[in-house]
Amino acid sequence: MSAPGVNASGLATSGEGPLLQVRDLTVEFRGQTGRVAAVNGVSFDVRPGETLALVGESGSGKSVTSLAIMRLIGKAGGTRIGGQILLRRRNGATVDLLAASDPEIREIRGTEIAMVFQEPMTSLNPVHTIGAQVAEGIVFHRRISRRAALAEAVELLDLVGIPEPRRRIDSFPHQLSGGMRQRAMIAVALACKPGLLIADEPTTALDVTIQAQILELMQRLQRQTGMSIVFITHNLGVVAEVADRVLVMYAGRIVEQAPVVPLFGQPLMPYTQGLLRSVPRLDMAGGVHEELHAIPGNVPDPTAMPPGCAFHPRCAHFQPTVCDGAVPALEAADPDHSVRCARWREVSRRVPASQPVPA
Amino acid sequence: MTASPPPVLEVDGLVKHFPIGSGLFGRSRDKVRAVDGVSFSVAKGEVLGLVGESGSGKTTVGRTVLRLDTPTDGAIRFLGNDITHLTRSQLRPFRRQMQLVFQDPFSSLNPRMRVDRIVGAPLAIHEPGMAAAERTQRVEDALAMVGLPRNSGERFPHEFSGGQRQRIGIARALMLRPELLVADEPVSALDVSIQAQVVKLLLDVRAKLGLTILFIAHDLAVVGHVSDRVAVMYLGKLVEIADTRTLFRDPRHPYTEALFSAAPVPDPTIRRQRIVLTGDIPSPINPPSGCAFRTRCRYALPACAAEVPPLREVAKGHLKACLRDDLELVPWQDAPRDPARPPAVATPAP
Amino acid sequence: MTADTAIAAHGGQTLRRSTRYRTLRRFTRHRLAMFGLVVILLLVLACAVGPSLVPFDQFQLNMRARFREPFAGAHLLGTDELGRDMLARLLMAGRISLTIGFCAMVIAVTVGTVVGTVAGFYGGAIGTVLMRFVDAVLCFPTIFLLLTLAALVSPGIVTITLIIALTAWMEVARVVQGQIRALRERDFAVAAEAMGAPDRWIMFKELLPNAVAPIVVAATLIIARAILLESYVSYLGYGIQPPVASWGNMLEKAQQYLTTAPWLALLPGLMITLAVSSFNFLGDGLRDALDPRSELS
Repeated sequence: MSAPGVNASGLATSGEGPLLQVRDLTVEFRGQTGRVAAVNGVSFDVRPGETLALVGESGSGKSVTSLAIMRLIGKAGGTRIGGQILLRRRNGATVDLLAASDPEIREIRGTEIAMVFQEPMTSLNPVHTIGAQVAEGIVFHRRISRRAALAEAVELLDLVGIPEPRRRIDSFPHQLSGGMRQRAMIAVALACKPGLLIADEPTTALDVTIQAQILELMQRLQRQTGMSIVFITHNLGVVAEVADRVLVMYAGRIVEQAPVVPLFGQPLMPYTQGLLRSVPRLDMAGGVHEELHAIPGNVPDPTAMPPGCAFHPRCAHFQPTVCDGAVPALEAADPDHSVRCARWREVSRRVPASQPVPA
Repeated sequence: MTASPPPVLEVDGLVKHFPIGSGLFGRSRDKVRAVDGVSFSVAKGEVLGLVGESGSGKTTVGRTVLRLDTPTDGAIRFLGNDITHLTRSQLRPFRRQMQLVFQDPFSSLNPRMRVDRIVGAPLAIHEPGMAAAERTQRVEDALAMVGLPRNSGERFPHEFSGGQRQRIGIARALMLRPELLVADEPVSALDVSIQAQVVKLLLDVRAKLGLTILFIAHDLAVVGHVSDRVAVMYLGKLVEIADTRTLFRDPRHPYTEALFSAAPVPDPTIRRQRIVLTGDIPSPINPPSGCAFRTRCRYALPACAAEVPPLREVAKGHLKACLRDDLELVPWQDAPRDPARPPAVATPAP
Repeated sequence: MTADTAIAAHGGQTLRRSTRYRTLRRFTRHRLAMFGLVVILLLVLACAVGPSLVPFDQFQLNMRARFREPFAGAHLLGTDELGRDMLARLLMAGRISLTIGFCAMVIAVTVGTVVGTVAGFYGGAIGTVLMRFVDAVLCFPTIFLLLTLAALVSPGIVTITLIIALTAWMEVARVVQGQIRALRERDFAVAAEAMGAPDRWIMFKELLPNAVAPIVVAATLIIARAILLESYVSYLGYGIQPPVASWGNMLEKAQQYLTTAPWLALLPGLMITLAVSSFNFLGDGLRDALDPRSELS
C-alpha cells in the first residue's frame, strides 16, 4: 500500500537491520534539588514493521523517551539529553536525531516519524478544520497544490474510517467525538506515510468500545503500510493485544525487554511479575478476591531515587547489599529477553498469567 | 438474597435531565437525558458494580442517589426513607450515613487544608461538640485504617502520591462509619500498580465495616473483581443486571457481549476475534427511538426501533432490556480466537 | 512539562518546600515588587514614628519662616506658605493617606469578598441579582460618584474612607465570584457537600482559602487606587479639609506657588507617586508570584 517511489528503501522487509536504534538515551531535567534523570541510559531497537510497546507507570520515563525521539524536548531550563537516537532514513542514510540540524528534524518529523497523542482535543488545533490540518502536512512536506492535498486528505480520512470524509474535512475538532478526533489525529500523522509511528497513550482517553476500534484501525494501517509503531501505554491489556515486543520501564530505566508472549507468560523481573498479577482480569470476575496481588509502596520520587535497583523498596525478593548496592545491569536471559534484576535467576518462576482460571 | 432487612438503597424509575443552552428567558429548549428511568436496589453489605462508557449516565446516577443532584423524576429510598425530595437541611442527618469516593485524587482534597482537617471535617461538621483529643485520635485511627502513617495528618495533600491521596479520600469517607459508599471510578486515575492496592483496601474496609458499596467504573475487570452484582448502563438506561459470575459467563444483552469483547485482556495468547461496535455512543440529547443501543447492535430488528424494551427478568435475579430472546451470545472467554495469532507459546520451558 | 507532571505525581516533602520556596523566589526576584515593598515599609515606618522625631509640629505657624527652601537650615524639607514644616506635614499627611488607603481596602475587600462569595456560591437568582448590582455600580464614573457623595456628606477621614471603599469593592466582588464559581465545581467542594457541611462551611472554610491569592493582589491594587482617589478628592477640595494635611490638599494649596516655591507641589506629588506606584509594583509582583500557572513553565 506504500506509495510508489516511497518504497524504494523497502521498509517492510524484515531482513534488514533496525529502523530506529536508541543508544544510551539519558534525559535530565533540572529540579529544585539538583538534576533529575527522567530517562537513564535507555537503549533499544525498533525493527521495521513491528509494534514495540513501551510500558510503565507515571515517572517511568516512557513518555519522555518518545518525546526525545521526536526531538520535542527543549534544551532550555538546564535540560540535558545524552546518547544517540539513530534513524535509518528512507534514502538509506543513518542519522542521529539528537545531533541532526533543525531543518533536517523538521523534514523527518511528519514524513518519516509521526506521533499520535493521548488527548486529540489538545493536539488538534481548534481553529482549523480537520481537512486543513491533514492537508497542511502534505502541502508542507510534499509541496503539492492545496487542492490535491485536500483530495488526499479526503482519502486519508476515509482510510482511518471517518464516515462521509468529504463532509468531515470541513468539520472543526470540537464537532467530532473523541474516537473520531483520534482517527483524525491518526490521519494527520499518516499524511506523509511515515515509517515510524509513535503513539503515546493513544487510547487511554477513550471508552473501551472506541478503544477497540482504534486499536483495530492501527493494526490494519500497520498491515497496509508496513510502518513500525512504538506504542506507549500503561494498559497491559492493550499491550497484549497490539505488541510484538515489550519494553518495561521503571523509574527511568528499562527493567525488562522481551517478545510479548514470553513477557506475559514468563516475566523475569519482579516488577513485571507484580504488575501482571496486580491487574484484575475478566476471568477472575466473581471469583475469590485473594487472587489480586498488590505491589506495596509507591512509585519512587525521581528526586529521591532509592540506591541500587529502584524497585527494591517494593520488591518481595529484596536482599540487602545485592539489591540496594549497585544498579543491576540489563542482562540477556535469552537472546530476545533481557532483564534488569540482580536475582532474576532465583526469582524467575512461572507466573500463571496466561492460564485462565477454570470456571 | 431473601427479604430480610430493607435494602440500603432503592432506586425506582430514576430520571435526571440536565437542561442545556438556556433560551432567551432562561427557559431551555433541549435537555441531556443523563439518566432516563433507572431502577435497582443494593442490599446491605452488597457491592453493586455500575458499568458503562462515558455518557452512559453512571456518574449522574451516583451523584443523584446521594442527592448531590435533585432527580427529575423517580424515587430514591435510603434505608427505607424516601430522600427524593428532601431539602439540604433535611438531608443532613442522612449525609453521615452515605459517602462518596472520587475519581480524581488531586481535585477531591482541598489543597489549602492539612490532611488532619480534611479527614476530621466530617467530625467537625456532625459532632462539633467532640473533644479535640478524641477527634485527633479518631483521625489517626482512620488514617491508620487506610494504611497511612498516623502522623500523615500534619501534611498537606500535595505531599502525597495519587494512591495515598485516594487513601486519604477513603479515610474521610469512612470517618463517620457510613452505611453506603458510592465509589465513582476510584482507581481509574491511579497507576496500575497502585490500583490493586486501592481495590484491596476498599474490599478490606468493606469486610471490616460491613459497608454497602455502589462501585461505579468503566473497567469491567475491576468491576468484576470488586462487585457481587453488576449493572450495565447504556445511554441513561440499565440494559442488564445480574450477579457478577452470571453476567460474565452468560451475558444476555448484546451490549454487554460487545463490552466484554472490547475489553483488552492482558494475555497475548488469547487473541479473540472482537465484536467491534461501529460508531459512537449516540447523543443523550437526542437518543434513538426504541432501544437506544439498536444503532450499534448487530442483532437489531426493525421492531427494536418501535418501543423501549423494558428491563425484565430472564432468569432468577438476571434482568435485561432487550427484545430478542433468541440470541446465542458468547461470553468473552469462549469467543473465537484470532486465526492470525495462534496461541503458540514459543517460550522456552521454565 | 512532562518532567513536571512526573515529579508532581510523586509529591513528597521536597515538593512542598519547593512550591513555597518557588513562590517566594519568584517574588523576591521581581525587582519592582521588592522595590515597592521596601518603599512601602519605609513609608509606613516614617509616617508612624517620623513625626515624633521631627522637631516641628505640623500645625505650628511661623510667619517669619515662610517659603524656606528644602535642605537649607532647620527645616529639612523647607516650609510652606504659612511657615509650617514640610517634613512634619508630609509625614502626618502620609499617615492619613495610608490609613485611608488601608482602611478603604479592608472595607472594600470584606464587602467584595462576601458579596462575591455569596454570588459565586449560590449562583442562580441570588448570584445574578448581586452581580447585576455590581455591574450597575461599576457603571457609575468613579470620580463623579466620589465628588457627588463628597459634596453631599460632610468630608472627613471616616466619610472619605467609606466613599472610596464604596467605589472599590465591586472589582473584588467580581474576582471572587469568578473564583468561587470555578472552585465550587471542584470535587473537594462536592465532597464537603456530600459530608453534609453547611453552606457557610463550604464557602468560608473550603472555597475562600483557595481564592486568597487574587484577593491579596486586588487588595494591594486597591490601596494604590484609594491613595490616588483620596488625593484627587482632597485636591479638588472635597476631601480632607485643612488644616489637617493630606497629600492631596497640600498639592492643592501649592499650585498658586508653583513658580515661586515649586517644592510645595513637588514633594507631596512625589509622595503620591511613590506610594501609589509602590503598591502597584507590589501587586504586580504578588500576581506573578502567586499565579499557579507560572509553576508549570
